[in-house]
Amino acid sequence: MCGIIGVIDRNRQLMDGGKIRDSLAMMDERGSGEGAGYVAYGIYPDYKDYYALHVFFDNIRENKVPLDNLLEKWGTIVHDEQIKTYEQPNIRKVHTPWRYFFRPDRSLMPKSTTPDEDIVTHLVMKVNAEKNGALIFSSGKNLGVFKAAGWPEDVANFYRIEDYKGYLWLAHNRYPTNTSGWWGGAHPFNLLNWSVVHNGEITSYGTNRRYIESYGYKCTMYTDTEVVAYLVDLLVRKHGLSEKLAVRALAPPFWEEIDRMPPKEQELNRAIRLTYGPALMNGPFAICVANENALVGFTDRIKLRPLVSGESGDRLYISSEEAAIRRIDPDVENISMPKAGEPVIGRVYS
Amino acid sequence: MTTVRIDAHRLHYTPLNQKIRAAIADGATEIIIDNVLGQRFIGDGVRGDGVTITVNGVPGGDLGMFMSGPTIIVNGNADHAPGNTMDKGKVIIYGSAGDAVAHSMRGGRVYVRDNIGYRGGIHMKQYMEKRPILVVGGSARAFLGEYMAGGLLIVLGLTGITPISERGVGSGIHGGEILVRGPVDGLHLGVGAKQTPATEEQKVMIKPIIEDFAKQFGLDPAPLLASDYTRISPASARPFANKYTWE
Amino acid sequence: MSIGSTPLKFKVSIDPDRCMSCGRCIENCSYGVYRKEGDDIRINSRNCVACHRCLAFCPRDAIDIEEKPNDYRSHPLWTREVREAIFNQAKTGRIILAGMGNALPYPVIFDRLVLDACQVTNPSIDPLREPMELRTYLGKKPSSLTLKQLPDGEVELITKLTPNLQIETPIMIGHMSYGAISLNAQTALAKAVSRIGTFMGTGEGGLHESLYPYQKNMIVQVASGRFGVDINYLERGAAIEIKIGQGAKPGIGGHLPGEKVCADVSCTRMIPEGSDAISPAPHHDIYSIEDLKQLVRGLKEATEWKKPVFVKIAAVHNSAAIAAGIARSSADAVVIDGFRGGTGAAPRVFRDHVGIPVEAAVASVDAKLRQQGIRHKVSIIASGGIRESADVAKIICLGADAVYIGTSALVAMGCRVCGTCYQGNCAWGIATQKPELVKRLDPETNSVQVENLIHGWTLELAELMGAAGINSIESLRGNRDRLRGYMLDEGLMEVLDVKTVGA
Repeated sequence: MCGIIGVIDRNRQLMDGGKIRDSLAMMDERGSGEGAGYVAYGIYPDYKDYYALHVFFDNIRENKVPLDNLLEKWGTIVHDEQIKTYEQPNIRKVHTPWRYFFRPDRSLMPKSTTPDEDIVTHLVMKVNAEKNGALIFSSGKNLGVFKAAGWPEDVANFYRIEDYKGYLWLAHNRYPTNTSGWWGGAHPFNLLNWSVVHNGEITSYGTNRRYIESYGYKCTMYTDTEVVAYLVDLLVRKHGLSEKLAVRALAPPFWEEIDRMPPKEQELNRAIRLTYGPALMNGPFAICVANENALVGFTDRIKLRPLVSGESGDRLYISSEEAAIRRIDPDVENISMPKAGEPVIGRVYS
Repeated sequence: MTTVRIDAHRLHYTPLNQKIRAAIADGATEIIIDNVLGQRFIGDGVRGDGVTITVNGVPGGDLGMFMSGPTIIVNGNADHAPGNTMDKGKVIIYGSAGDAVAHSMRGGRVYVRDNIGYRGGIHMKQYMEKRPILVVGGSARAFLGEYMAGGLLIVLGLTGITPISERGVGSGIHGGEILVRGPVDGLHLGVGAKQTPATEEQKVMIKPIIEDFAKQFGLDPAPLLASDYTRISPASARPFANKYTWE
Repeated sequence: MSIGSTPLKFKVSIDPDRCMSCGRCIENCSYGVYRKEGDDIRINSRNCVACHRCLAFCPRDAIDIEEKPNDYRSHPLWTREVREAIFNQAKTGRIILAGMGNALPYPVIFDRLVLDACQVTNPSIDPLREPMELRTYLGKKPSSLTLKQLPDGEVELITKLTPNLQIETPIMIGHMSYGAISLNAQTALAKAVSRIGTFMGTGEGGLHESLYPYQKNMIVQVASGRFGVDINYLERGAAIEIKIGQGAKPGIGGHLPGEKVCADVSCTRMIPEGSDAISPAPHHDIYSIEDLKQLVRGLKEATEWKKPVFVKIAAVHNSAAIAAGIARSSADAVVIDGFRGGTGAAPRVFRDHVGIPVEAAVASVDAKLRQQGIRHKVSIIASGGIRESADVAKIICLGADAVYIGTSALVAMGCRVCGTCYQGNCAWGIATQKPELVKRLDPETNSVQVENLIHGWTLELAELMGAAGINSIESLRGNRDRLRGYMLDEGLMEVLDVKTVGA
């Protein structure tokens, strides 16, 4: 069933990961101890202009040199280091997490209007599809995903998540079905600045995956959630939809509702459904998507998974359970339940 | 009256319920649980007529599931499915509740002061003397009373939001009835449901329930009793009888 | 020295204990099986085609029809059919004409694909209580939208959508021309589709004026013979379909014998009464893919770009590449007609040996269009051997947007798939122009039957989708993850892009 929690401080005030861990840990019932993860935005101010690539290596000796070479072929490794971890009795360290700060050489993608992003996307897709003992699981700027197979609190302690300070957090507690609890299968899923956490199962995955792959994305994580990150990247970054309209495409109104809309609105909504039919996501889901500017939460069109939002000053919280929000912020206000298929959006002020 | 206080701070639901059961076994009639945050299954399967369990905080899902007898009072919001398959007793929520409130409830009452989420009262059912009742003070989301097979569901619209503004009310209803204060847009009716203005007789039937609800939450029942109600009931006891043909 | 008579195909017998000599069998049989001699009803089994009209109208269930009453020495290679074809051709020296779809026992791919249902990890959806969307739009879609942000925060759509056909169920009725089938049969189909909110094809025989009231649910066909085609006809259709080929006889054109060209057919087809209506094998203005584009655009220009134009091809080995060409031609949909597609008349050798199954063709067309990033440019309509709602669900999973049914709709009007449509003697009033037979088919009653069929399938399709946890048909389309192959070989599973059961 999975548990999710997300928070954004619209004023970009930083929050450390300690409370997020506590909040996620109180939803342990929603997981199975086989996967948990966190993403924080704003954690690498010193390197904020570079792509922070988080990588799981199976074996440093064998797998790192080829990746170094590949990255250097496409740009410059400004800095790289092992991600600090702290031994936990319940976590078997089957991968070595590593971070690179990477500057792509945009002259290598001359035809692209977004060469940096395209190079990074290409590298992520290539490395992850090849499965040569390296997996890039985080590739945005000034943000990082921290995940592993284990319970939320163990994973948090493994990375000492309280040492990271971000203005936007997403966290996820996994109950795996599609794949066993391997590290890459834990949420959040990330591509560039997009991160996704998801509760549910996407019954339209086969359609969504084939659609997104026709745009050059490659689904390599054996689970349905990664497709959401790629869909959002396509719809928002490449096709220029607002987050709100992207959600409209992924969880559109029913035809009978569209038929009742005034003409202009009807035309727009029909066009969105016709254009993005293969991107429509079916099945039960509650999803939080974030980029550097916004946190968006939404559910499937008939509300088969829970999602609650709440506010406190500049902060917007979105979670599977109100109690999880209250664990972070007992005085949270405006607790509400987003309507099926309609996004709740928190955006930074500037 | 014996009162027992339980501090639920960081307490897992299993030991919490063990404490509740132990207290009832020891003759407690009032159990107050403080610092509740996210614990599921509070009162799950617990028996005990005349026992009141007060929950201070925000409990997790399935509050009062399979419960048979006690009254649970929640000072806060409840999560999904309070009163799930409840048999007897009462769940009173001073706040709102999540999806599938009173799911498959067989008997007893669930009162929610504010709003409820999706599929409230789904598949409530009645048999012989058991007739479950769900009263919602505020509004309900889509698929209210879906599959409803029996019992009574009342929505009062007191929170300033239209009580019914989403689809599928009474979708597949084949027993029981839903009474909504004020009009209901026909667009929101589900398959197999019909609506009629509530008759005086029906209003008389709900009067004691409304009064009890108002008393519980300190409301003036007069304007509620004076209002017009819309009654949503099954168009047929077998709405899908024409669906199949024999091979 | 002669071959002599071949064994009976069917043996008809009447149980004398049950027969009350009412003579309904005699009245109903249009093939001359029964005759009255004195008080007795005599039987000439050799004329029987097993159309079951007599059975259906015998009030006492007194008639039995037995297939192949005499055995040949069995042989796996020299089948009865092969031997009889040789006898036939030895006698006549001609091409054997046959009816309906492919009659060889190739494995049916549909029957080796199984659908999925939800258990636990996601809930199945009850389609009768919660929304279930089968609405489908056929036509070109944009790949992305151009939007303008307005100062008031609203968004204005700049992209103009091209016309699409809106259907409330992904089931349409394929092209069966007036001529191949009777006007009463066409009328029944037309009434059915207009009530359901779907479409039917006119076939290549023009549009009879009595069907004008249903024209907004008609797709008018332009085939190589251009019968009945004028601007008036084009403008009446909701969409226009160019028929390049059909699954029952890929590579050859239609042929309506002069005997079927009665006064009314002559008028609708715009050819002289009694003359053969022969469609050339190709369109003689299309010798290459760029010529197809010219015809598509010519039709669009004529109808002021208001109508979607479909292109129908027979499923052949290279369908995927052909469809990719069609997708680039301004066409709005490609119809893939599989080798099981029915027909009034086709050379047996074509019907049974040319073309490929629609399942494989649709799967490869959908995949190819996606690979080339042009899937949105055309809808895919699958036809040829769609027998039940499960086939509809499966072909949509394989990538189709909608289906055409033909034979199934005729069966709903009484057709027993006897396969002798080319004789023009159809006892059910379907594949005939003989007034005394045509009048047997009451358009109103039969339209209800066809409507019932599509309604029943639509309900079943909604149930199948709901069980799969899908409430919008877009999410079924091309969703091969919800199919598994059962005893399919690896090569075919790769083409279909499905896993085996258990995987």
